[in-house]
Amino acid sequence: MRLTVTGIGIVGPGLADWTDARPVLAGHRPYIADSLKVTTPIGLNPNERRRATLATRLALDAARQATAGQPHGGDDEDATTLATVFASADGDMGLIDSMCRDIYQHRVAPSPTVFQNSVHNAVSGYWSIAEGCRGPSTSLAAGDGTFAAGLLEAATQVACSASSVLLVAFEVPAPELLHPHRPFGSAFACALWLEAAAPSEDHATCALAVREDEQPLTPMPDAPLEALRRTNPAARALPLLAAIAAGRSTVIRLPYWPGLQLEVRLGPGA
Amino acid sequence: MPIAPARIRAYTLTTALGHGCRPHLQALSEMRPGLRPWTQEEASVQSWAGVVDGLDGVRLPARLAEFDCRNNRLAELALGGDGFVEQVEAARDRHGPSRIGLFLGTSTAGIRHTEQCYRRHFEENTPDLGDDLRFAFTHAYVSLADYCRRRLRLSGPAMVISTACSSGAKTFAAAQRALSAGLCDAAVVGGVDTLCATTLLGFHALGLLSPTPCTPWGQGRTGISIGEGAAFALLEGDGDAEDDGVSLLGFGESTDAYHIASPHPQGDGAVSAMRAALDSAGLGADAIDYINLHGTGTAANDLSEDRAVARVFGETVVASATKGWTGHTLGAAGAVEAVISLICLREGLIPGTLNTTTFDPDLSTCLIRDSAPRPIARVLSNAFGFAGNNCALVFGRTSCA
Repeated sequence: MRLTVTGIGIVGPGLADWTDARPVLAGHRPYIADSLKVTTPIGLNPNERRRATLATRLALDAARQATAGQPHGGDDEDATTLATVFASADGDMGLIDSMCRDIYQHRVAPSPTVFQNSVHNAVSGYWSIAEGCRGPSTSLAAGDGTFAAGLLEAATQVACSASSVLLVAFEVPAPELLHPHRPFGSAFACALWLEAAAPSEDHATCALAVREDEQPLTPMPDAPLEALRRTNPAARALPLLAAIAAGRSTVIRLPYWPGLQLEVRLGPGA
Repeated sequence: MPIAPARIRAYTLTTALGHGCRPHLQALSEMRPGLRPWTQEEASVQSWAGVVDGLDGVRLPARLAEFDCRNNRLAELALGGDGFVEQVEAARDRHGPSRIGLFLGTSTAGIRHTEQCYRRHFEENTPDLGDDLRFAFTHAYVSLADYCRRRLRLSGPAMVISTACSSGAKTFAAAQRALSAGLCDAAVVGGVDTLCATTLLGFHALGLLSPTPCTPWGQGRTGISIGEGAAFALLEGDGDAEDDGVSLLGFGESTDAYHIASPHPQGDGAVSAMRAALDSAGLGADAIDYINLHGTGTAANDLSEDRAVARVFGETVVASATKGWTGHTLGAAGAVEAVISLICLREGLIPGTLNTTTFDPDLSTCLIRDSAPRPIARVLSNAFGFAGNNCALVFGRTSCA
């Protein structure tokens, strides 16, 4: 399956947005694992905005970066039918913790707001509300292979529909009690606007293939970025984003399932 | 744009009505209920629930013991129904294990196990949640797919879809696309969700949990009854279809872009999902013989779906809601009702709408009250979820594809 990447978003520690992150990921500027820049989501009503969780804020920020400047990303009618794929291994574990604490520690009913936000696709729902986007939306999970599963699902949708698909991957650390059981290093989100492969000098194209072997997974050369990649399933996207940032033609191996990897063959635009 | 139909080689389900297709056909035909008063002290709410009996006695294969939790036990129990495992094994022999995809839906996976660890922590003052939480094997969304993938010895593409109450339906759409794109030659799809405290108390907190058995489309309806359930189907691309087989003919997906927990009042999202499903099946609305509604029994859900169905199908369509039998099986519901639709197709049954004695006069779609035998060729099944996530599926006799 062949794709063109025409928009990218990223939010991570010391990676404020794609413009900021691009020279860092390309190796032109050193990476400093700075704090996370969290933005207020646009397009939601004041209540929704105030209650938006970290996962929602990061995912919507990355999604907005990837859609900015798209031919169909603005007020165009196509923006309201855009298909989306939201990939997150474990969703918003803070909300699960909050409900369990309400029930078993505070002995009260869980908050209805927390409950309705605890569905895995709440982030997708807030994106659709913020953007007025009524297209199909799939929220999925595949453990540490979640980014690969999301990319594969998005690519499959592009192949079947010949339409654009927005892929958003996000992961936030678990709260204290759950953290030892799922120790994520830091929050991270990224987004890719994907289209059917078309000759273009401006955009990277990738060819995806599922490989039944255990090749070494593509690492990040920079140690702190490699640590981020290893400790957050959404950040497994970093080698792909880095190769796009550097404009490199290369082959990337992403984790998917044991014994199964996603190969991304990244080519120049044309 | 019409899609290539996907043959449905095998299917099975387990709900409060029983294990496998046969007890479901019987209960649906005989109007025999599956709900019972909810008595578990782990969530003290006045409600009725669709409980699957015998899960406490289910043992996972020893090699997969670390996956042990109620959700994976339900998956294990359900996979054993209707010779499903054997059908998957045969498909594995035909295509090879890496050419079979696995797409499963759940809303909460094994979160009940996590709840119990929290309960122990706070009630017994244990220092932490305990190593027996086994997060990756119980709590994580992926645990369901991981368990079934190992249980069925599959090695192809796999993922869990979690879009609340449309999850199980969307696995059929994902599988059809994967088959079309050549990612796999066959796919196991389905959904599994089990009763847990956060879900029961959460719906109760939202005022959506009925104190009495749910009455879809009913006058003065009081909300949902929650059930647990699991359903699986084996899909294959076209080829050597038996004449009496059934196929996935179409699917449609959309989002409401309206509210996180309430459907669009005029059913806009549901309309576009149903229209897309008909388009992808290459069918007009009049080709559908029966609609298995989402029909949850909340005031807002049924009103929204009614408006949507009337807009797409007019007011003379044959439709019913089956959640009065099973309860709302949430992340599994789309798969459970897909399989109920397949049973009805194969057996020639229009199920009624259990529990509802007086239909809401403000709803324009007239539902079938009592189950009755009638040959049908094509069925549309709706599944709509929180965050406005909608999916409609069209199934039909393969000879009608």
